[in-house]
Amino acid sequence: MMHHGLFFQFNFYVFGLIAVASAIAFVTRKSPVAAALWLVNTMFCLAVLYVMLDAQFIGAVQVLLYAGAIMVVFLFVVMLLNLGHVPGSGDIRRLWPRLLAGAAGIVLLAELSVLGRQQLPGELVEPAAQSNVVTAVAGPLFNEYLLAFEVTSVLLLAAIIGAVVLAKRRV
Amino acid sequence: MVAEALFFSAVLFTIGVIGVLTRRNAIIIFMAVELMLNAVNLSFVALSRLYGVTGQVFVIFVMAVAAAEAAVGLAIIISIFRHHETVDLQNINLLKG
Repeated sequence: MMHHGLFFQFNFYVFGLIAVASAIAFVTRKSPVAAALWLVNTMFCLAVLYVMLDAQFIGAVQVLLYAGAIMVVFLFVVMLLNLGHVPGSGDIRRLWPRLLAGAAGIVLLAELSVLGRQQLPGELVEPAAQSNVVTAVAGPLFNEYLLAFEVTSVLLLAAIIGAVVLAKRRV
Repeated sequence: MVAEALFFSAVLFTIGVIGVLTRRNAIIIFMAVELMLNAVNLSFVALSRLYGVTGQVFVIFVMAVAAAEAAVGLAIIISIFRHHETVDLQNINLLKG
């Protein structure tokens, strides 16, 4: 297993803790819209953890599919049913959230400056382990698990038809 | 890394269970279920570091199932809302004995 530096470990903990904190915020928010946005934050942090665990393709799919598609569907339903109005919830107006947001921004800026000051190696090398990220997942998917893959397409078709039939006013 | 990832996965799954058990809003309960699926995905990815890439293939399948589940579940919530004008699970007691 590859040996990782202290910076890597620190970032792993940071994003894991942000994910957990966002999940706690998600469970405790009253407004469904705020809860959904906190959950999106958790999913972004999980995508970071996936990339750090050498699953770059899964990280990209996580951002596209979970944070992009599924949560948008949730938000769409919240707004379709007009559930977003909870009295007493609004934008960030108090002092503490603003201070926290400012501190988070400063930390990220410091990380960026540390990263930016690092010396680049003279020549770029082709990363051997990362050049076949997609192939590594696609190989088993289309060989050993081909049947399950095809059955998944049937599942998705059934879900589409079911969703349309359920949400229609008159069948 | 793997042990920490499994720890975070367990914590996230527990938070998801707490969300399912304590919240009343049906949509938020659905999102908590999604959080639990995400926690399981994290442990799949972490364990794929130890046992090969099969775990990542399973994550793809879990994501497909989660998408299907979200579509059908939200359609059910919409049709329940048409009947009851609410998504509060306390008011939806049609199947209660």
